Amino acid sequence: MDELIGILQEIRPEFEFRESQDFLADGMLDSLDIVTLVAALDKRYRISIRGVEIVPENFRNLETLAALLRKYGVSA
Amino acid sequence: MNLRFTGKKISALVTVLPSRETRFEDEMGNFGFSRAKSMKLKLVMGFDRHRLAGEGTCASDLCLHGLKRLFEAGELRPEEIDALLFVSQSPDHLIPATSNLIQGRAGLGRNTFCLDINQGCAGFVIGLVQAFLMLESGLWRKVVLMNGDTLSHRVGKRDRNIFPMVGDAGSVAVVENDPSGPPIHAVVYMDGSRSGVLQIPAGGARMPSTAATAVEEDVGDGNLRSKDHFFMDGPAVFNFVQTEVPPMIGELLAAAGATKEEVEYFLFHQPNRFMLEKLADALEVPRDRMPNNIVENFGNASSASIPTAIAFNLGAALRERKVRVCLGGFGVGLTWAALLMDLGPMRICELTNYGCDD
Repeated sequence: MDELIGILQEIRPEFEFRESQDFLADGMLDSLDIVTLVAALDKRYRISIRGVEIVPENFRNLETLAALLRKYGVSA
Repeated sequence: MNLRFTGKKISALVTVLPSRETRFEDEMGNFGFSRAKSMKLKLVMGFDRHRLAGEGTCASDLCLHGLKRLFEAGELRPEEIDALLFVSQSPDHLIPATSNLIQGRAGLGRNTFCLDINQGCAGFVIGLVQAFLMLESGLWRKVVLMNGDTLSHRVGKRDRNIFPMVGDAGSVAVVENDPSGPPIHAVVYMDGSRSGVLQIPAGGARMPSTAATAVEEDVGDGNLRSKDHFFMDGPAVFNFVQTEVPPMIGELLAAAGATKEEVEYFLFHQPNRFMLEKLADALEVPRDRMPNNIVENFGNASSASIPTAIAFNLGAALRERKVRVCLGGFGVGLTWAALLMDLGPMRICELTNYGCDD
């Protein structure tokens, strides 16, 4: 999980991602941050997150993100 | 709907770009992001340079310039043009039709059938389908298809959803009969119930432009735009494209009895690099067979983006040989449409510049 938090903080260094259960509602990620995050995750884990899975529900918090990555065989 | 045509071809293609070029790095201060975030977006989305028409330049000017280029090159004579289609969301005026204005300025005959089509990102495919249908009637032999937009004039300069990617361009394709041509397959879908995700709210009869509609405001997404400006719900559009386009391409290939490997290039509308990479991955097509270099070099010029991609990426090849392509457009309407056809060889397939009055 630390690595995932590190990737998130590369994108938005001003936030503490462990403290939020809803990054979007709390204003920590916007839609363009999600695009940047997907590109970073794709590169880091050598995967390609499917376009249809780039929806808000998968990017709400650390648990939903970890669940998304597990679909690609990545344990974050 | 599935459509099949025989004996049709594009015999010439010119894409006209305004000569004025601006750069994302010079504009990113308008978008309210940190430099670091903007530079990441530049890399992922492909924001870099874009061509923007001067204030006095209309889409019709770009298209007329392309038409004159074809006349000058001896590729086409005015009297040969049976029909003129102008696909655009940037008409010169609400009345009259811009195609009529172009007919008059180009000195075309009174027998030329002129028609404006209000379509956006799928407009090149829709325009080709319309041209094929007209040729199919047997009444016409040459249809000139123009696709042009100067939407940069209707985008808020501080709207980070749209301004970094927008570009202006016009294209002119000559579409005619080719008895020896192989079948052309098309798939077209439209869904007006979702039209609100891409819209210019004010300026028509439903909401006339007023002083109030010209006021820029933040409606909660951090972007500054007015109701006179083009609005795009980015996440909704992204989801629409990723959900609808891959099955449409599968349907097209199945209808044609073709495989992905038989298609040399997938030339799609190009809103940004990221969207195209995700489409290529979803279709399991190598990314280099789905070029995504138009936004970074010229910007997204709506229905002119596919002809820009054809001329920029395949211009030299198409002057020499035939290339089997899948064309795909998706956006305003909502409309999504695709064509499987052969392009080339054609004597003229090129990009040219238009000097703007700026």
